Amino acid sequence: MSGMKRTALHDEHVALGGRLVPFGGFEMPVQYAGILKEHEAVRKRAGLFDLSHMGQFILQGDNVAEWADGLTINAVGTMKPLQARYNMFCNPSGGVHDDVIFYKLDGRWMLVVNASNADKMWAHLNANLGDSGVKLTSLHGHNALIAMQGPKSLAMMQPHVDVDLDALKYYFCTEGNVYGKHAVIARTGYTGEDGFELFVNGPDAPGIWNALLADHRGDGLEPCGLGARDVLRLEAGMPLYGHELTEEITPVQARQTWALKMSKPSFVGKEALAGQLERDDYSRIVGLMMAGRAPAREGYKVFLGDREVGEVRSGSTAPACDNKNIATALVSKEAATLGTTLGVQIRDNRHDAVVTALPFYKRSK
Amino acid sequence: MAQPQDLLYSKEHEWVKLDGDIATVGVTDYAQHSLGDIVYVELPRVGKTLAQFGNVGVIESVKAVSDLFTPIGGAVTEINGALDADPAMVNRDAFGEGWLFKVKVGNPGEAANLLKADDYDVLTKE
Repeated sequence: MSGMKRTALHDEHVALGGRLVPFGGFEMPVQYAGILKEHEAVRKRAGLFDLSHMGQFILQGDNVAEWADGLTINAVGTMKPLQARYNMFCNPSGGVHDDVIFYKLDGRWMLVVNASNADKMWAHLNANLGDSGVKLTSLHGHNALIAMQGPKSLAMMQPHVDVDLDALKYYFCTEGNVYGKHAVIARTGYTGEDGFELFVNGPDAPGIWNALLADHRGDGLEPCGLGARDVLRLEAGMPLYGHELTEEITPVQARQTWALKMSKPSFVGKEALAGQLERDDYSRIVGLMMAGRAPAREGYKVFLGDREVGEVRSGSTAPACDNKNIATALVSKEAATLGTTLGVQIRDNRHDAVVTALPFYKRSK
Repeated sequence: MAQPQDLLYSKEHEWVKLDGDIATVGVTDYAQHSLGDIVYVELPRVGKTLAQFGNVGVIESVKAVSDLFTPIGGAVTEINGALDADPAMVNRDAFGEGWLFKVKVGNPGEAANLLKADDYDVLTKE
């Protein structure tokens, strides 16, 4: 693939038989052994993901929190040391530039953005520096990100890490060494399982990746690609930029108001979102459970009776939900009540789907 | 996997087994491997008349919907109902238990438009 960038783990993916596809300007593995096998590994044991294509930015300066609070919907200023927090940058109409995670590290902040939005977000941050004095550094394409996700993650990672992972709370991070190499270790993830994300220098990534597989393939650790990642996040009810969040779909429409702190004095998009909340007439993201065996797919039209009320935004078979077919759809308010039966147009036929609460899957304990 | 010699093949990676004027149709092992885990198959109705190389249904993997074409024309006589509950059979045994449908061949001359095993094999190597 010419013109495509490669992560530090490219050779490892090739050696593992990964099927490489273009994503966010990088050649990334969509699958290795197969999506269902990889999905099962994550839900039952653990899976290893290369996420080095995502944008990693370092933010420095005394005013980072205040500056970031003016550009995002969630509270940055109230974050505790070593906390990680989900957030979104919105446009003035309330639509979403990107959903992101902030990490409050020692002496600096890290901001991780979607691979597909790395260039857009880098330009956006730089264009909005004003007189904040914030210093921006991009590690995109240099730093690596390896995620281990699954119930056995703690047991598999701990022997190789010099910090107490059990003491690391969910959505907190720490700095330590993995196989002797420096890493920012965060208890975050995008699968609905327990897990750890390791931010490491690019050159250290292959050694860590290979060592984890050498030490734990026998315990059922599997390399996992973006295909399995998409099924896992959909089951866990997590939005994917470009599907449930876009420059046109707001966090209110996407039902992510838990991340929206209207008590902040001002931020880009606040007025638009306040207006949207007040009018409460907006189309919104719902979960759908198909009644039958045909999967719903992005773009399929959704009906309430004979009236077209929206369209599917994501859809897949869900192995963790008894192989039922699940989907998200953006539908008008009247179609959004839980338990409503809607019709999804799949080629020549309309198939029943029930509006279902998210997430579709929740891990036990 | 070597392509079974007793079958004919289409460029769309289907196979045909001719038994008198009944043709059994499936997708090849190369196709199932390309598609990945198959989760749903939509087959033509029994009784429907198909045109050779026409679009007759879909075969869906976890991530994608792929059109299903028929390598031979005729009236559908039987479909593989087992695939409803077990679409993964196509992955496990594409040339055997994973067969898709059978047609009563309308024009036996159409077989001349298909590839023999060795010629199809070349396609899978491209």
